[in-house]
Amino acid sequence: MLVKPISNLGRSGIEFLTALGRALLVLLHALIGRPQFKKHFPLFVEQLYVVGVQSVMIIIVSGLFIGMVLGLQGYNVLVQFKAEASLGPLVSLSILRELGPVVAALLFAGRAGSALTAEIGLMKATEQLSSMEMMAVDPLRRVISPRFWAGFVSLPLLTFMFSVIGIYGGKMVGVDWLGIDEGTFWTGTQASVDLYDDIAQGWIKSVIFAVVVCWVSLFNGYNCLPTAAGISKATTQTVVHSSLIVLGLDFVLTALMFN
Amino acid sequence: MKVNWLEFIVGCFLVAGIAAAVVLALKVAGLTLNTDAKEFYTVYGRFSNIGSLKVRSPVKLGGVVIGSVSSIQIDPKTLQPVVAIKLDRRYSELGSDTTFSVLTSGLLGEQYLGVKPDFASMDDDGNPVYLKDGDTTNFTESAIVLEELLGKFLYSVSSSKADSGSSN
Amino acid sequence: MTMLQDPLIRIENVTFFRGLRKIYDNVSLSIPRGKITAVMGPSGTGKTTLLRIIGGQLKPDSGSVFYEDRNVPKLGRGALYELRKRMSMLFQSGALFTGMNVFDNVAYPIREHTSLPEELIRTLVLMKLETVGLRGAAFLMPSELSGGMARRAALARAIALDPELIMYDEPLTGQDPITMAVLLKLIKELNTTLGLTSIIVSHDVSEVMSIADYVYLVSGGRVLAHGIPDQLKEERHPDVYQFIHGLPDGAVPFHYPAGNYLEEL
Repeated sequence: MLVKPISNLGRSGIEFLTALGRALLVLLHALIGRPQFKKHFPLFVEQLYVVGVQSVMIIIVSGLFIGMVLGLQGYNVLVQFKAEASLGPLVSLSILRELGPVVAALLFAGRAGSALTAEIGLMKATEQLSSMEMMAVDPLRRVISPRFWAGFVSLPLLTFMFSVIGIYGGKMVGVDWLGIDEGTFWTGTQASVDLYDDIAQGWIKSVIFAVVVCWVSLFNGYNCLPTAAGISKATTQTVVHSSLIVLGLDFVLTALMFN
Repeated sequence: MKVNWLEFIVGCFLVAGIAAAVVLALKVAGLTLNTDAKEFYTVYGRFSNIGSLKVRSPVKLGGVVIGSVSSIQIDPKTLQPVVAIKLDRRYSELGSDTTFSVLTSGLLGEQYLGVKPDFASMDDDGNPVYLKDGDTTNFTESAIVLEELLGKFLYSVSSSKADSGSSN
Repeated sequence: MTMLQDPLIRIENVTFFRGLRKIYDNVSLSIPRGKITAVMGPSGTGKTTLLRIIGGQLKPDSGSVFYEDRNVPKLGRGALYELRKRMSMLFQSGALFTGMNVFDNVAYPIREHTSLPEELIRTLVLMKLETVGLRGAAFLMPSELSGGMARRAALARAIALDPELIMYDEPLTGQDPITMAVLLKLIKELNTTLGLTSIIVSHDVSEVMSIADYVYLVSGGRVLAHGIPDQLKEERHPDVYQFIHGLPDGAVPFHYPAGNYLEEL
């Protein structure tokens, strides 16, 4: 009676660990090895375009709106305590420490991660990966590795862009619209933002998130069932898994960094 | 010249990302590039209570930031907090009697170190004595602790009540 | 079993499971050098699996696969990749890389494995495309090709590095009669002019039998029959007879096993 759920639990536990192990092996296999810069660099540049440049628009627009909303909401609360002068620190710290890395990673997972999964899944379904293998070309190094590195480089840069645009969005609302003094805004910000504690740690977060999102999306694509249904499931999984991992990891990282 | 647009756009992307990082560092974190103008000297202030003063709290003279707190330690002998105050070399003519006090910006604001310059005392030759790098000063005013303030206030109220009661 | 002279590939006692299903049960067969060998059988008997085992993409659960004197499942990664440069495979869908045009697809293996100058690559690629009759389509994208053209382009890519062995995975499936004829002609021509060893996996019996030198009939995880095409046509074994002659009912019944029809109604 009680055996069945327990054995099911055991099986899914084993399956989970197997998938995790396979994902790690795939990643290591893709990344470790003698790089052939001459052959792989153009691939990397191409992927920077697909993964990075094509995500710029959504990052900039979201960053602007999130910054503006923060400015508006923050002002409304702070003005009750006559503390509008703290709007600069409020907006910049919340963006630099949390919203920048996290929201950029979530958007990146939705925009670039899902596209990576679908692309790799489609290559698998149409036997392109197999045919590469039969041509004695390692698809992990040829296909997975440039995409991984492109994401790894792109997301931190996108996060910087997001943060800058967001802070300027908050400044636009607070200073140009609601009439806080510009000098107050910037001196308050500069007094409370630290290059290492805030900007560099936000950057570290975004690097870690980049690894997570790229890893999840590439592995889901590589591991998907080579059918239309399999690809769509893998794409959904990419967004769900990477969002959950990013949010969970953000808590852990915040606890480690800022306590 | 044949321009590879893909590479060009990717180049723009990289530059934009790095530029964003630079803007964050300069404009948001207030990092300054001309380090040669920013030479510092450090003086040490002995306080009895520093309140919630923190490392990197600003040091202000008449509202102008002239330096920052670079470290806070306890002197193991006197068991008093010693604050290392990093001051801009441009403001080196602070007399030895200058007072450093822990102040609060606004009612809810953070604490900072206020500088009140005094006339410099003269040495034997009649030259003014300024604070030098490595000097330790005891001219400090500690933070106002709300509990102590309230305690004094309550004591004074009750004692004045007691006075008026006894006179009746 | 008649041992063939100088086989290129010998498959010995291979057993292969997919999950719990036994795809191959102690199968042995050999592929003669320089000939066209057809592996035929009903759908779903794992014919493609056989090609992947030969190519080392799948490892058999037991048994060995010898390519000349090398046991493919036991090869290390480096040796396997070296060996794969000598073989190539034409996938069912063609498996052209969708991101690049026909020319770059054909040039791909050359660019990956050699460092020839670009002019020489261009000459080589155009030669290969001329062989399959697609020189004019060099700058089309795979999405602009018809199914038959995609397979011919993929064939040009498969012979780009002049392999010893080509494995065709269902090359004729879903093609119109003209395309089929074109592909059969190409397979035959490549085999004779380049001295290739070819393995065709297919269930288009009459078409493949017309060009094959030797035929294996695989079903239910075993080799049912093998021999030259004419021998198989004479074979009276009911399974073989039904498959070769394409009869709807016979040893493989028309009806999926079910209860009594009248009772169920």
